[in-house]
Amino acid sequence: MIRNAKDFWTGLIYVFFGSSAILIGREYGMGTAIKMGPAYFPTILGGLLVGIGAISVIRSFIIPGTPIAAFAFKGLTLVTVSALVFGFLVRGAGLAVALPLLVIISAYASTRFRWHPTLLLAAGLTVFCALVFLKGLGIPLPVIGPWFGG
Amino acid sequence: MELLNHLVLGLQTAATLANLFYCFVGVFLGTAVGVLPGLGPTATIAMLLPVTFVLPPVTALIMLAGIYYGSQYGGSTTSILVNLPGEAASVVTTLDGYQMAKQGRAGPALAASAIGSFFAGTVATFLIAGFGPPLAAVALKFGPAEFFSLMVLGLVASVVLAQGSLLHAIGMVVLGLLLGLIGTDVNSGTQRFSFGIYELADGIGFVTVAMGMFGLGEIIRNLENEEERAVMITKITGLWPTREDFKRMVAPILRGTIIGSALGILPGSGSILGSFAAYSIEKKVSKNRAQFGKGAIEGVAAPESANNAGAQTSFIPLLTLGIPSNPVSALMVGAMIIHGIQPGPSVINEQPALFWGMIVSMWIGNLFLVILNYPLIGMWVRMIMIPYQHLYPGILVFCGIGVFSLKNTEFDVYLMALFGALGYLFSKLGCEPAPMLLAFILGPLMEEYLRRAMLLSRGNPWVFVQRPISATLLGLAVLAMCSVLIPAFSKTREEVFVEGSG
Repeated sequence: MIRNAKDFWTGLIYVFFGSSAILIGREYGMGTAIKMGPAYFPTILGGLLVGIGAISVIRSFIIPGTPIAAFAFKGLTLVTVSALVFGFLVRGAGLAVALPLLVIISAYASTRFRWHPTLLLAAGLTVFCALVFLKGLGIPLPVIGPWFGG
Repeated sequence: MELLNHLVLGLQTAATLANLFYCFVGVFLGTAVGVLPGLGPTATIAMLLPVTFVLPPVTALIMLAGIYYGSQYGGSTTSILVNLPGEAASVVTTLDGYQMAKQGRAGPALAASAIGSFFAGTVATFLIAGFGPPLAAVALKFGPAEFFSLMVLGLVASVVLAQGSLLHAIGMVVLGLLLGLIGTDVNSGTQRFSFGIYELADGIGFVTVAMGMFGLGEIIRNLENEEERAVMITKITGLWPTREDFKRMVAPILRGTIIGSALGILPGSGSILGSFAAYSIEKKVSKNRAQFGKGAIEGVAAPESANNAGAQTSFIPLLTLGIPSNPVSALMVGAMIIHGIQPGPSVINEQPALFWGMIVSMWIGNLFLVILNYPLIGMWVRMIMIPYQHLYPGILVFCGIGVFSLKNTEFDVYLMALFGALGYLFSKLGCEPAPMLLAFILGPLMEEYLRRAMLLSRGNPWVFVQRPISATLLGLAVLAMCSVLIPAFSKTREEVFVEGSG
């Protein structure tokens, strides 16, 4: 029986990252203690992390803890997706497409989302960023991207 | 006399028109950030870093430092006026500050905070100026073994001061160190953990990690409970404290400054711990302890002095040893590296104008804060009322464009999104991201020092305990770790964080 879900899952994550570091590290040279190869330090750290993860998993069966609170899936998904969409579109479609989409998708995550102020915010931020970042600071991004003939 | 010459050099650097301007911009933005709940100094500095690349290094660092201590200051204004601490360090200020405001004594409370902060800032500035050079001189004698042990101590301290399970904090540190190793190994040229992805050859940028975990992660967390922020604004009447108030302020300000300065040097969340410690000590020693929690001016003056002193002395390890003590100074280390300055004990001698300019600018910045805060209080209060649902899409936009501009690649935007989700996941599991970011920045440095130390000792791992300074540092790290296991301390640690997160 898992008595502490936080300990259990965190432990598993640590074991996963730690063992991946060790396994992937096997492709690199280990070297010696005097002349450490690229795998030396990551292997030590990976071992440590696996150890910490294992203790955490074992502990989760013994010492009870507080349950994991419900995930805010809507916020998590929309915020993450909005950033990914922005990254995907910004070079090809341009700032004038990517930025309003970022604003609208992410704003939709709020329980108090309303179209009218969100669209105004998107328009305002687009103009502001185009002027300050693109014109002012010279960040090489198009306002209208090559996909739309910009 | 030497100190005076240094301060004059600093003044010459800091008092140029451009530097004064950016110092002002820094503290202004910092105050705004401190006022706005849900936007912390770490995320802000990460967002603004790309903007500072066009500035000369001194100017950039002056502005970034201004954002940090400005945010400490802004947080207290809202604590007092509307019972909303914008920053973790000003949580305790709400206890008595808001009570004073409710009794119509918001003016004296704000004045206590301003005077305390300014005094503490001044003292801390001199402390940095006084202790910086000798500390750096000692650090110049450090070999790789000492630096390695120093980093171990720093990481252990950040673990001890982190919230939640100790085991998980250690795990986060190790994970951070590992993530920091992604990219090309400097010694062999091997590309490690890059999965053949071209963009990972240079490693993951710390700004990307910071924006993801502190910017995006925080937004997702805030969206969980969008409680109505009913803001009741009290009338501010009688800005000036009475003679009685002044008398009651003196001792708490002095004590707060001392406690805050001392704790600020500690790695981890120095300024937060300082304000809590100062408040609880004041509550024990004050003649008016019965009034605490009911609007005692001591309960505002002490923690406010402490958090400002701590915010500033936390620059001591950064400027003299090159070791960051919290996520904000970790970002400053990154900023220095980007500007071509290797942070460490040699900065004082090789870049005296930068070092002293930054120190003097902190004092000037504190002066700006006092001047800025009074006439603009109305504006800050109105700023709190910006609804969060209109604020966070804007934060995302700045994060997105900022992270893109670092290397002009959309890959970093994807990574930021990934770290945002990861940061949220870890916070759900009760793991704090701050120690991880610290470890992430220290990872490659630690490996380098470990390699050099082992090379010099011909592979003898005992070198770390055979060299006296290194052994002392490691001993301190062990002591710090053990202190958590002492019931009395761990109870206090929990209490501080329970209050802190409340």
